[in-house]
Amino acid sequence: METLIFLIFAALAVASSLVVVAHRSPVYATMSLVVTLFSVAVLFVLLGAPFLGALQILIYAGAIVVLFLFVIMLLNLQKASAAAGRRGGQLWVALPGALLFVGMVGLVFWRAGAPALQPLTADLVSLKGLATALFSDYLLPFEIVGLLLLVAVIGATVAARRAPDGEASRLLPREDFVGAGDEPRKEARS
Amino acid sequence: MVPISWYLMLAALLFAIGTIGALTRRNGISIFLSIELMLNAANLTLVAYSRQMGDRTGQLIVFFVMAVAAAEAAVGLALFIAVFRSRRTIDVNRLNLMRW
Amino acid sequence: MLELLWLIPILPLAGAAVNGLLGRRLPKALVTAVGVGAPLLSLLVALGCLWEYAHGQFPNDAYDQVLYAWTTGDLSIPVAFLLDRLSAVMLFIVTFVGFWIHVYSAGYMAHEEGYSRYFAYLNLFMSAMLMLVLGNNYLVMFVGWEGVGLCSYLLIGFYYDQPFPPYAGKKAFIVNRVGDFAFLVGMFALFANFGTLNYHDLFTTIATQPGLVTDHYTMGLPLASFVALCFFVGAMGKSAQIPLYVWLPDAMAGPTPVSALIHAATMVTAGVYMVVRSNVIYQLAPGVSQFVAVIGAATAIFAATIAIAQTDIKKVLAYSTVSQLGYMFLAAGLGAYSAALFHVMTHAFFKALLFLGSGSVIHAMGGEQDMSKMGGLKKYLPSTFRTYVIGALAIAGIPPLAGFFSKDEILHAAAANGQWVLWAVGLITAGLTAFYMFRSVFLTFFGSFRGTHEQEHHLHESPPVMTIPLWILAAGAVVAGFVGVPKVLGGIDRFHEWLQPVLFHPGQPEMGAGTEVLLIAIAVIVAAAGIFLAWRAYGGEDGLANERAWAARFPTLHRVLANKYYVDEIYDALIVRPLAVLSRFFWKVVDTYVIDGTINAGAYLTELTGDVGRFSTTGNVRSYALYFFVGVLLLGCWIAFG
Repeated sequence: METLIFLIFAALAVASSLVVVAHRSPVYATMSLVVTLFSVAVLFVLLGAPFLGALQILIYAGAIVVLFLFVIMLLNLQKASAAAGRRGGQLWVALPGALLFVGMVGLVFWRAGAPALQPLTADLVSLKGLATALFSDYLLPFEIVGLLLLVAVIGATVAARRAPDGEASRLLPREDFVGAGDEPRKEARS
Repeated sequence: MVPISWYLMLAALLFAIGTIGALTRRNGISIFLSIELMLNAANLTLVAYSRQMGDRTGQLIVFFVMAVAAAEAAVGLALFIAVFRSRRTIDVNRLNLMRW
Repeated sequence: MLELLWLIPILPLAGAAVNGLLGRRLPKALVTAVGVGAPLLSLLVALGCLWEYAHGQFPNDAYDQVLYAWTTGDLSIPVAFLLDRLSAVMLFIVTFVGFWIHVYSAGYMAHEEGYSRYFAYLNLFMSAMLMLVLGNNYLVMFVGWEGVGLCSYLLIGFYYDQPFPPYAGKKAFIVNRVGDFAFLVGMFALFANFGTLNYHDLFTTIATQPGLVTDHYTMGLPLASFVALCFFVGAMGKSAQIPLYVWLPDAMAGPTPVSALIHAATMVTAGVYMVVRSNVIYQLAPGVSQFVAVIGAATAIFAATIAIAQTDIKKVLAYSTVSQLGYMFLAAGLGAYSAALFHVMTHAFFKALLFLGSGSVIHAMGGEQDMSKMGGLKKYLPSTFRTYVIGALAIAGIPPLAGFFSKDEILHAAAANGQWVLWAVGLITAGLTAFYMFRSVFLTFFGSFRGTHEQEHHLHESPPVMTIPLWILAAGAVVAGFVGVPKVLGGIDRFHEWLQPVLFHPGQPEMGAGTEVLLIAIAVIVAAAGIFLAWRAYGGEDGLANERAWAARFPTLHRVLANKYYVDEIYDALIVRPLAVLSRFFWKVVDTYVIDGTINAGAYLTELTGDVGRFSTTGNVRSYALYFFVGVLLLGCWIAFG
């Protein structure tokens, strides 16, 4: 049973991730990513981390992916993606490289053999144990991550802010500074 | 019981797919999606090892990775908005001001 | 008063600082006040210290004043001054003669450019020289030694806007470097073996355990001989002995009071002082001592023969100085250290006097130094004439002037040691000395004036500020000898007795009183004969007539002497030119191609790498990511397959 579930969701994750990478439309890719994330969440549960599975769905699938969708819609990337969809010669490096990577990992595991699996304990699964560790041993990282999120929120707000009229954007060069050859193509505009 | 190495191989596969995406896509958003994929693959590895070792630390790290990923997504997407506003594109091939 | 010993070198240093830093803004009177006042105060303090020293009892018969010890780790170099019987003599000479030359300078340099610069240098020289004399270890001596070398260089090249003086200054500095190097090596050898450079510690150790220096070998020589040789090479440079004397005649390019102070009375005798100071070591190195004596005698007669054919009045005195320094080393080499130092003292008086007198003459002649353009000056410059003759008589060794006693002691030492060859050389040199000195007297002051009418019109006696020092030094040249009247002439030889405690050597061999008197008589007769010959040859109305006749009869000899045996030319061909060729090779080939080439090659390589490498900087994030990915893959391969 467990193996079956694993196989189903593993296949689902791989398939949906291929869609994420391959699909021309960012919206489809993003929706496909939700599937991948959900499959991985199931695998988390299988591995005895139900809380992380829940977080995965809540934060990733719920919040982050929605953010992606918002941005895609805000920038209206549906058509722009057509121009951007063409792949360069990088594929011919990336694909063998990726295969080599998978091969290497496989080689390492094959060499290492299958180490004995520890029995799944209630302690590992329990949310209480996780919470205790998080708020005792890992309190400082926890606080720092909180601060990081705050900084990210402020930074995102500043970066995405529309520059007031007559004031140059402080983060990026305006179009005035862009050379003629760098002008975006007409069809790239909506 | 599913051997842990299966999970790890799956994670490697997902990571490789994400890498291909990050390297080949030209759309900034697509690259970002691929990177999220890679992060997830890494998370899967961490949880799998946590399971094998019977140690909670892996799960805790995944928790932090998720938080950092959220922050990264927020800032990254905000940057894309700013870039798009000034350049009318997020095709990374055209964002090449810092060249020789 | 003795606790103020440190003030003696510091006062002129302060004077040098004031005049050197502020001199150009100060009124001339104040520059003079500082420049002359500092040596005066120094002299007064020195006299006070000497008085107290002479009337006091001190441990080891010496007053030691440690100012500061420069310490790193185990090494401690005390900056300390020492007043003992030897440095007392030198202290007196330097401060006394130095002060009067400063006074004279105030008149001589009055109308020169760079008046304050001159006094700054001169004061700095006084400070360095006093440090050299007063140091209680070799290192402090070396500091002063280098300091006087520097000041010598600065003052020789004082007229830097003319072509020759800077060249002469450089020559002096470079030739002195050769000697200084040897001096340093000698110091290293001593320090390596004894761990100290303090005179008292060194000399008592060596005197009580002579085996330490005679049985230890350094570079194939017993330590004593090695150190003595190194020190003597150092002295060769500073005190202008063969083969390193060549700088001293050229040093006359400096102002004449400088020649008097530095290149006659004080600095050039530093080598003699150093050898006398190190007499313990020389006593244990008889071979080197003999070498010193031979070099000294050779220098004495060699320089004397050159002096005969010079027409530049300062050149005559310069070669005379070289010759007299040779005398001092002859004495030191024979073990007659007190005689050497005695001659240092008397020489300081009469040679300073002669130089200042020549300066007065040059002053009157409007800068003319060529004696063939002078003549008959005695009626224009009466004071200068009288004092110059006193100086000439003193150096010629006519009793009872100072030079007679000191020179006689040296000849006596040669004879008493059975070194009859050296004695004969000394005797001939004495005759030559009398001859060339009175040649210069007759050419300058007698006969008819040979210069231009304009010069003759301009002739005048120097102002009192210059003639008073002349008379003071003349008085010194007359009486300085009386501190060392030999016993055989009814004296008590106080000078010798005074120095006895600092000399570690056994007494000089005695000789019969009759022989001694006979030798003295011979020396006086030879000197008188020299003067007589000079009078016969140059005493006429046109002093140069006879010399021209002689030059016509022996053209080769005259040319060789007038050109100083072509030593400068030989050095030029043997050392300077090969060195210049070598330097040119290093410059044009090694520097241009090897050193610059290496650096330029590095630069080209960097540029090339950049030229190629910059294509990787596409500005495209994806290619960077690809590089990153490939790098990670390579690392992974290393981990997985390595």
